Amino acid sequence: MTAPLRTLTAETDRPLLQVQGLTKSYGARIGCAHISFDLFPGEVMGIVGESGSGKSTLLSCLAGHMAPDTGRVIFDTGTGPVDTVTMAEAERRRMARTDWAFVHQNPRDGLRMGVSAGGNVGERLMAIGARHYGEIRATATDWLARVEIAADRIDDRPRAFSGGMQQRLQIARNLVTGPRLVFMDEPTGGLDVSVQARLLDLLRGLVREMGLSVIIVTHDLAVVRLLADRLMVMKGGHVVEQGLTDQVLDDPQHAYTQLLVSSVLQV
Amino acid sequence: MTAQDYNFAYLDEQTKRMIRRAILKGIAVPGYQVPFASREMPMPYGWGTGGVQVTAACLTPDDTLKVIDQGADDTTNAVSIRKFFQRTAGVAVTEATDQASIIQTRHRIPEAPLTEGQILVYQVPIPEPLRFLEPRETETRKMHELEEYGLMHVKLYEDIARHGTIATSYAYPVKVEGRYVMDPSPIPKFDNPKLSDSPAIQLFGAGREQRIYALPPYTQVVSLDFDDHPFVASKADHDCDLCGAGTSYLDEVITDDQGGRMFVCSDTDFCRARREAGHVGRLGTPAPSLEAAQ
Amino acid sequence: MIAIENLSKSFTLHNQGAAVIPVMSGAALTVAPGECVGLIGASGAGKSTLMRMVWGNYLAASGSIRVGTLDVATAAPRQIIRLRRETLGYVSQFLRVVPRVPTLDVVAEPLLTLGVTKDAARARAASLLTRLNIPERLWPLSPTTFSGGEQQRVNIARGFAHSYPALLLDEPTASLDATNREVVLTLIEEAKAKGAAILGIFHDEAARDRVCDRVVDVRAFTPKAA
Repeated sequence: MTAPLRTLTAETDRPLLQVQGLTKSYGARIGCAHISFDLFPGEVMGIVGESGSGKSTLLSCLAGHMAPDTGRVIFDTGTGPVDTVTMAEAERRRMARTDWAFVHQNPRDGLRMGVSAGGNVGERLMAIGARHYGEIRATATDWLARVEIAADRIDDRPRAFSGGMQQRLQIARNLVTGPRLVFMDEPTGGLDVSVQARLLDLLRGLVREMGLSVIIVTHDLAVVRLLADRLMVMKGGHVVEQGLTDQVLDDPQHAYTQLLVSSVLQV
Repeated sequence: MTAQDYNFAYLDEQTKRMIRRAILKGIAVPGYQVPFASREMPMPYGWGTGGVQVTAACLTPDDTLKVIDQGADDTTNAVSIRKFFQRTAGVAVTEATDQASIIQTRHRIPEAPLTEGQILVYQVPIPEPLRFLEPRETETRKMHELEEYGLMHVKLYEDIARHGTIATSYAYPVKVEGRYVMDPSPIPKFDNPKLSDSPAIQLFGAGREQRIYALPPYTQVVSLDFDDHPFVASKADHDCDLCGAGTSYLDEVITDDQGGRMFVCSDTDFCRARREAGHVGRLGTPAPSLEAAQ
Repeated sequence: MIAIENLSKSFTLHNQGAAVIPVMSGAALTVAPGECVGLIGASGAGKSTLMRMVWGNYLAASGSIRVGTLDVATAAPRQIIRLRRETLGYVSQFLRVVPRVPTLDVVAEPLLTLGVTKDAARARAASLLTRLNIPERLWPLSPTTFSGGEQQRVNIARGFAHSYPALLLDEPTASLDATNREVVLTLIEEAKAKGAAILGIFHDEAARDRVCDRVVDVRAFTPKAA
């Protein structure tokens, strides 16, 4: 059988995100230091490390939630590369709710708990000017289906949802505007393993179908093995190793990565 | 000035000057909430302390003051504020909308058209229209700064999702001159169209929340809505039972415990003027004299 | 299609006194399109290590591993990802999938990542599962609950879903009964006929004799004992 290959020119083109010399300190303590990497369209990059390794600080700086001390975070906006660190706040926030998405570990941080599922999904649409109730609702219904939430739950508030459903709702709310870059902070943390599996499968499908680029922070090596193309291992605010996910996990080069990998319980 | 121990209109001149600066800034940036150092007033919060401070800062000895509460001149809140200024400022008072130079109001805009030179002062409980969905003040200020008003439509979306129609019937959010989203105070949405293009100056005072905002004359004010659920300035589908008016905002009054009820103009001055002019509603009596009414 | 030159590999165990263990040096081999080359040598001689280096999950210390036009030894992660998606297939001994994903979708996934439509990918997956005698009632279930032999066959179906120009096979006939072993050998022969370059490990000597055009003994690549 001959497989129609998807167009791959974009992948060899130019990076979607270029991070150069990113450093953030909390007084004398290092948050993250001298981080540089390129992320290409359609790539999923995992950042792993123990608590305090700087992975969350790095994610906050990348997503514009926190200003780095030095360094550049250059995003290809489609009209050209722009340094998001120095860009006007209004522009950055607009980008954060159109081209970017952020999935929080705790759905309560990423959802409006007092607003219905439909309203949660519709907010980004209304924020960019959608003013037709029927169309907003139709899009929300469609997105709920894509994250496997029944259409008749559209008017229920997230409070009435299970943890896994809340997380899927948060994903729908984020992806409704068709972002190109998604930041995820421990998206499967705090979920039962069976719920995790369903979420992982869903995320893989969405990444594939939408051609998303993803930066996912987690301490769960099983999650990155299934989701990430590339891996960055952090310790003490520094990147100690990076490479292809299964290479880093199967043939770790750095002492810390070897310890990390060998510490995982086999099942 | 009355022969009391109070300064004119109760507040000292420095305070009034501070409030006037906030008012001027508000007029310069229509719909923008200007912080001000709200003072303790000799009445509890929720009784119009914001409006009273704005009125005090605007009053001159030549002014004629009208105070209404839900359209009525004769309710407790209106009477006590009117008396407060009679006592502390000694200004003339009136119930006739067209006679007043300053009108302080709670929850209504008078039916009679306002004119140039008049000032309408609103009492505002919660000035922040985004508060309902976003409790963080830092975040709502940022949203105003960056014109991120998607959230306001989420509120209307929720209304339609739950009730099939935009059920918000008072404090209906508006956008001012295409810039700031503003809470028009808890006036019925029936009054919203009167906010726009008004010849009068409209000032909004929130005492507890320490905010003043304003609409200069002839400001464009648009009620938010959806393309397929347009804004409708609705009222009870009746005529006034006293004066027969078909276009004024009505209050429903329960008259007995057998289900009897009547609809009357919420604007008492408007209703009285119509009845004096000979209009009679379903349950009305012909033209009571002005003396009898008082 | 596959060309390995002067390849060496060592492991550094930082947590065991930074012991450096050389496991391979001077490895070289080529696999032409339509050719199947079998790796032989005792357990621990480095057959799997060599396969993994070609796959890219083991880093080479030096030398080159060309697959098509890409040198896996020096390629960037995204180049290897693309190579694996389009050019290089791998049937390992272990099935590693997201739990709860239906078998049919597990097999169809390599095609979906290539942009094949869901229906076409599932149809191809269904025909492979049928050939490999996975009963249709199992298709909606996750293979994680299957027996070892069934998992192995799902793994093979997945590895053959796309006609990769280069293919790595790690014991593809292990733990299969005679019928299914025959199916797998036929699949390998079909792939060769289509021009795939295949590098494999076969402990099953009869299978090796049938599909391999030649064998390479990896003991020749064992570093000389110091």
